[in-house]
Amino acid sequence: MLQSLVNGILLGGLYAIIGIGMSLVFGIMRLTNLAHGDLMILATYTTLTIVTSVTGNLWIAVAATILVMVALGFLIQNFLVNRVLDKGSEPALLVTFGVSIFISNFLLKVFGADNKIIQNSLASKNVISTEHLSISAMYLFSFLVGIAVILSLHYIMQKTYFGRSIRATSCDRMAAELNGVNTKRTFSYAMMVAMVTAAIAGVLVGSTFVFYPSSGTQYLIIAFGVVVIGGMGSLVGTLVGGIVLGVAQLMGGHIFGSAYQMLSGYIVLLLILAIRPNGLLSVGARK
Amino acid sequence: MKQNQVKTMLQVENLSVNYGDFQAIQGVSLVIPEGSIVSIIGSNGAGKSTLLNTIMGINKPREGSITFENQLISGMPTNKIVAAGVTMSPEGSHVFENMTVLDNLLMGSYLPHLRANKEKQLEKVFSLFPVLKEKSNQLSTFLSGGQRQMLALGRAIMTGPKLLLCDEISLGLAPVVIKDIYVKLKEINQEGITIVLVEQDVTRSLKNSDYSYVMLKGKIAMQGESSQLNQEEVTDAYFGMNQYA
Repeated sequence: MLQSLVNGILLGGLYAIIGIGMSLVFGIMRLTNLAHGDLMILATYTTLTIVTSVTGNLWIAVAATILVMVALGFLIQNFLVNRVLDKGSEPALLVTFGVSIFISNFLLKVFGADNKIIQNSLASKNVISTEHLSISAMYLFSFLVGIAVILSLHYIMQKTYFGRSIRATSCDRMAAELNGVNTKRTFSYAMMVAMVTAAIAGVLVGSTFVFYPSSGTQYLIIAFGVVVIGGMGSLVGTLVGGIVLGVAQLMGGHIFGSAYQMLSGYIVLLLILAIRPNGLLSVGARK
Repeated sequence: MKQNQVKTMLQVENLSVNYGDFQAIQGVSLVIPEGSIVSIIGSNGAGKSTLLNTIMGINKPREGSITFENQLISGMPTNKIVAAGVTMSPEGSHVFENMTVLDNLLMGSYLPHLRANKEKQLEKVFSLFPVLKEKSNQLSTFLSGGQRQMLALGRAIMTGPKLLLCDEISLGLAPVVIKDIYVKLKEINQEGITIVLVEQDVTRSLKNSDYSYVMLKGKIAMQGESSQLNQEEVTDAYFGMNQYA
């Protein structure tokens, strides 16, 4: 029982970082990025490729992956999404759907359908290991990284001109322009920040669980769950959402058997939606 | 005429703007002299807001040109026009409701060349509207209508404009609040900021401006120095009951 609770909370940190990029993009441009999970898994494969065939150092590979993903985020936003965003949210949604299909099939073509994992020294270690409780080093590490990412993003959003311009654009695009903000460029920056989080999430996921070219969908659903529970566009909400979903899944698995793990997570999601349709900590529920 | 003696700040020439097939503005020309307060009077749908939005680059003109200090600004994106020194307090204030009063004001100093000077500008805004200092850490969504309008004006002043466009800043406010805001507007003008005032209230417009344009159905129906204009004639032009159009 205690084990499931602790694991659920730790897993929640990982879930939060999976959801945060999606929440950010939705918050600022009201765009549901259906490619978020696939972009994450693309980052996982990128890290794996660099670490196995370029350098053996995982940290260098992670840094390189972040750069690749930021560049990709800029290209996707500038040359695909920004072009259709003025025509309403549906065309942009379809663009991200197209990107999603492209990435998962590209990965299938290049890497094949076999499952993979990023080898690392943390995966098999336990920080605490007693009769009643063991804490995996990788779970704890993911959780701490998740918290660190959310706290840094929170600081950037509250205290810097860059963060304020993102919040202003997400609240009122015309008023942001009237203060000199180039809002289309702000969209690109937001997408690039989201890609940094997707890259980090991808590496953490790939170091914790096995992954396939089609894993993106699975994590997209988790991202949806996190963001819907926590409230779209709220950073703290994303962390709360991640932990609620993680705990709900593992406690449900503990009580009803592991076959019901996913189901119990989404039953809790539906319950929260029924009680608080805008999520636990929603910020902009006007639209 | 006044605008021949003073430097021209903004010149609009033969401007036409369409929303689809609907002609919101047809062949409007006007001149805003430096340091003045110019009012644009007209009823709902006369094209006043469209005119301001087009000056700000939010709407694109079909025809005509807009020149600010000898620089052609029609066709430029809004953020570049703001950087050039024109800004607007939009109709309905449009404060950032998810942000504190202070963060709203700081958004006004977003452009890199304004950031070094932000403390001085903040002080100027706080001395103009002390209530904003009192509430600086509150979310702007909790402000009253008048305070929102002050915040929108304060935020606009933070961008260090040479020309400030005010779109219906008295809309829905209590008379005592309106009076207060117009006093502040005079002070802003005396600091050297040229002001364009869009209003539906004829008396208030004439009283608070140097020069007035009356718009009707997307055209300039009447113009003149505000002190010389006859209120009844203006009201007739406002409703389209004379031959000036």
